[in-house]
Amino acid sequence: MNTHKEGYADQTAAASGSPLQGLDYSVVQQCMHCGLCLPTCPTYALTLRERSSPRGRIAMMRAIADGRIETTRQFGEEMYFCLGCLACQTACPAGVDYAMLFESARDEVERSGVLATPLRSWIRRALLNRLFTSRRRLHCLARVLRLYQRTGLQRLVRALGFVRLAPGVLSELEPLTPIISNEFTGEIWERMRSANPRAPKRRVGLIAGCVQDVAFADVNEDTILVLQENGCEVVIPNAQECCGSLHAHNGEVEWARELARRNIDAFTEAGELDAIVINAGGCGSHLRHYDQLLADDERYAKLAIEWSARVKDIHELLVEIGFRTPRSIPGPKRRVAYHDSCHLLHGQGVADAPRQVLARIPNLDVVELVEADWCCGSAGIYNITQPEMSKRLLDRKMGHIEATGAEVVATGNPGCCIQIAHGARRSPSCSVEAVVHPVSLLADAYHREGEMTS
Amino acid sequence: MASIADRLQALIPADRVLDSPEDLSVYAFDGTATLHELPGCVVMVNTAAEVSQVLTLASELGIPVVTRGSGTGLAGGSVPVAGCIVLCLVNMNRILEVDVENLTMTVEPGVITKNVAAAAAEAGLFYPPDPGSIKISTIGGNVANNSGGLRGLKYGVTRDYVMALEVVLADGRILETGTKCVKDVAGFSMRDLFIGSEGSLGVITRIILKLIPPPASKATLLGLFDSITAAAETIAAIIRNRIIPCTLEFLDRVTVGCVEDYAQIGLPRDVEAVTLMEVDGHAAAVEEEAQKIEAIAGECGAREVRRARSTAEAEQLASARRIAFSSLARLAPTVILEDITVPRSELPRMMEHIQQVAVRYNVRIGTFGHMGDGNLHPTFLTDERDVEEMERVERAMTEVFEIAVTMGGTITGEHGVGLAKKRFLPNALGPVGMASTRALKATFDPQGILNPGKIFDPH
Repeated sequence: MNTHKEGYADQTAAASGSPLQGLDYSVVQQCMHCGLCLPTCPTYALTLRERSSPRGRIAMMRAIADGRIETTRQFGEEMYFCLGCLACQTACPAGVDYAMLFESARDEVERSGVLATPLRSWIRRALLNRLFTSRRRLHCLARVLRLYQRTGLQRLVRALGFVRLAPGVLSELEPLTPIISNEFTGEIWERMRSANPRAPKRRVGLIAGCVQDVAFADVNEDTILVLQENGCEVVIPNAQECCGSLHAHNGEVEWARELARRNIDAFTEAGELDAIVINAGGCGSHLRHYDQLLADDERYAKLAIEWSARVKDIHELLVEIGFRTPRSIPGPKRRVAYHDSCHLLHGQGVADAPRQVLARIPNLDVVELVEADWCCGSAGIYNITQPEMSKRLLDRKMGHIEATGAEVVATGNPGCCIQIAHGARRSPSCSVEAVVHPVSLLADAYHREGEMTS
Repeated sequence: MASIADRLQALIPADRVLDSPEDLSVYAFDGTATLHELPGCVVMVNTAAEVSQVLTLASELGIPVVTRGSGTGLAGGSVPVAGCIVLCLVNMNRILEVDVENLTMTVEPGVITKNVAAAAAEAGLFYPPDPGSIKISTIGGNVANNSGGLRGLKYGVTRDYVMALEVVLADGRILETGTKCVKDVAGFSMRDLFIGSEGSLGVITRIILKLIPPPASKATLLGLFDSITAAAETIAAIIRNRIIPCTLEFLDRVTVGCVEDYAQIGLPRDVEAVTLMEVDGHAAAVEEEAQKIEAIAGECGAREVRRARSTAEAEQLASARRIAFSSLARLAPTVILEDITVPRSELPRMMEHIQQVAVRYNVRIGTFGHMGDGNLHPTFLTDERDVEEMERVERAMTEVFEIAVTMGGTITGEHGVGLAKKRFLPNALGPVGMASTRALKATFDPQGILNPGKIFDPH
C-alpha cells in the first residue's frame, strides 16, 4: 500500500507557489472516482452536489494541479464547506489520503488569497499565528475569560442581550465558549505528580492540549488518575505547545510544522517514553502524522517517525495495558450513548477501544447510537465558520441522541463535547444531563470504589 | 445569443442550473477510469415535467443530453459529451409507494438502490438485485444499465424486477409503459427496450419494481483454494449437483490482498482463490445445501471451507466482496475494469486464458467476479500516464474480449457498453444486430440528442 510518506509538497516548491501543484501527483491520482465515498459525506448528503462530495473536491484539486481550473473563490468556499471529518477516508477502499489533500487544498486557498478580507486575515493572524502558537498567551486569555465567566459579567452580558449586538461571528461564538477550568493542567499536574507509581509498568508522556489544557483540564486530571491507577508513570513536559492541527487544517502548514518541532523537542527532553498519550481525538489524528508533516525536514524527519510510532489515543493505551475493571457499587445504572469523534474514528481508526472501556465500567448501561459515526458539526471551528450547516448536523445528531433516552453522552474529543452539550442545552426535552469523556467515567468509577472502601 | 445555461434558467430555478468551471469539472467523469469530458452545463431536475421541459429545449436547439444518477457507472455511460447538458436526477429520490397487496414498489429514479432494498425489507419484502455500488448507485441508473450484482445467479438482474416505467422521450413527450400486472401483453413490451438502453432512448422518471417474499434463512460459506482451477471446478460441480446458490463469488489472490488491506476481516493472503458462496431459502434446505457445498468443495480440493457464524459476519464478507474493484486501486493509479461473461461451462478455460494474456502482454490483472453466472471482472492495473503500458493493456483487453465472444460469451455482463466497450460491440452483435440497434435508436431519438456516441458511434 502506498502510504504517501512524502506526499506533502516539499517546503521549497510550496513556498514558491501552489501547494496542490507541488503535491506528489500519486496522492490525487489515488482517487479512482468510484463514488463509494458519497453516501458517507455529510455535505453531499445535504446538497446532493458533486462539488460538495469528496470525489468532487478531489477532482477540483486535481484540475488545479493540472492547471485546468484556477484557484477561485468558489473553490476556496468549497474547501471550507468541507468539514474535514474524514468519513470519506474510512469509506475509501482505494486508500486515498484525504486528510493530506484537504490540508494541501486549504493551504492552497490561503496562499492564493481568494478568500482574504481584512477582517478574516486579522482574525486568522490573531488566532492561528498569535494565540494558538503560544501556550503562555493562551493561558493569559483563558484567565481573562475565566474572570468574565466567574464574576457574573457573562450572565449580565447575556441578560442585556449584548451578545446579539455583537458582530455575527462573535454572537455565534459566545454560547460555544467553553467554561474555563478552575485549574489548568500544569497546576493539576503539580498536585498529582507525587502520586506516580514507584515501580511503573510504563512511562507515558501526556499531551495536555490547548483547549483541553484550559477548558477541559478535568479530563486531563482524570486521564492522569486513570493512568496512575493502572501503573503508569505520567510525564507532562511543560514546554509543549498546541499540536498544530488547527493550523494544518486551516492552511497554515508552516506553523503546523514549527509547532510539531517544538513538541518533539519538549517530549525528547522528558527522556525515554513508552507512549505519548493524547485524549483529544482531533489532536491525536494530527499528532500521529508528524512523520508526514516533517518528512522533508532534515533534522526532524527521523525523530518524527519515532514520534508518530509512539502516539496513542488514551483508550487504545488503556485497552493495550489491560486496564483494571472498577468494582461494581450498589446504585442505579446510568444510560450512556457513545458518539464517535470523527478524528478518533476516521482519522485514527479507533472505534472499538472507547467502547471496550465503557463496557467495562460498572453501573453504566451503554447503548449504541444510530449514526454514531456521523459528524456532530463541531469539526474544529466549523461551528463558527459554517454555523448553518453545523446546526443542521447538530440537529440530526441530537435527534438520534434523544431517541436513545441517554442521560450521558460519552465522546473522546473536546470539540464534540462543547457542540453536543450546546445541543442538549438548546432542547428542553433532551434527557442528556452530561457530555463527558469516557476516561472521566472510568476515573469516576475508580473514585467511587475508593469512597466505598474508605 | 443566450447560453444554454441562460435558456435553461428560464425553465428551471437558477440554483439548479450549474455552469461554473468548478461545477463542470466535477461532472466531467463517472466511475470509469481515464474517461473525461466537460459538459456545457448541469441541470438538477426535480420532476418529470422539468425533464420534459429540458428535453423539449434540447431538441429545439439540437444539444446533446447525458442523463446521470450518482455517476458510478463503469463503462463511461454517463461521461458527458463535449458541451452537452448533464441531466442529473439525484434530487428525484422519493419512494412513492410500497404496495404489499401487489408486491410492488413505485420509485423515482434518483432513489439509492440500498434504500429501495431497505424499504422493501421494512415491509417484510425483498428486492434482490444488489450491484457492487448498491450503497450509492441510483435505481434509475440500475434500470438504464440493467445492472446485475451478487445475487444474479438465482434471482436474476434488474430487468427481472421492473414492471413498469415512465419515460420522457427525446422530444419531451411522456411515455407510460407496463403495469402492476404480472401478465400484460398489450402491444410490444416497450418497457424492455428502455431497460439497459443506457440513456440513449429516453429518460426514465418513474419505476414500478417487483418485490418478492424474502428467503426465510441463509448460510454463507467461504472457500479457500490453492489453485484457481480448483475454485472454478467447485463452482461447476455445485451447479452440476443441482444446487443454485444465490451467490457464488470469486476473488483471486491479488484481489484478496487488496480487499484485506482495506477491510481487515481476516481473509488469508496466501491462497490463490477465495469463493464466497451463499445459499438461501427454507432453513432445512439451506442446511442441506450448505453441507453439500462443503463436501463438494472438499472433493474439488479446497484447502478449507469456513461458515459465517452470524448475519453480521456474512454481511461483512459480502461488503468486502463489493469493494473489490475500488480496493484494487491500492496497487495502481489506473484500474480498468472489464466485465466479460461466458457460459458457465467455459469458466475454467476463460480463467486460464486471462492468466495467459497477462503473461503474454506483461500486464498486471486482478480478477474477481460472479463465477456462478459466468460474469468475470478482469481488472487491469496500470497508469494512464504510461503510454507504452496503456497500449499493451489495450491489446490485452481486446484479446480477452475476442476470446469471450468466441466462447459464446459477451463483452459486458452488467456494466453496459457506454464509451468503454463500443469498439467491441460490432464483433459481439454482428452486422444485423448493429443495424437493428441503429434503427431502434433512430425511431426513438431521430435527432440523436440522447447520450450520443455511447454504445455505438452515430453515423
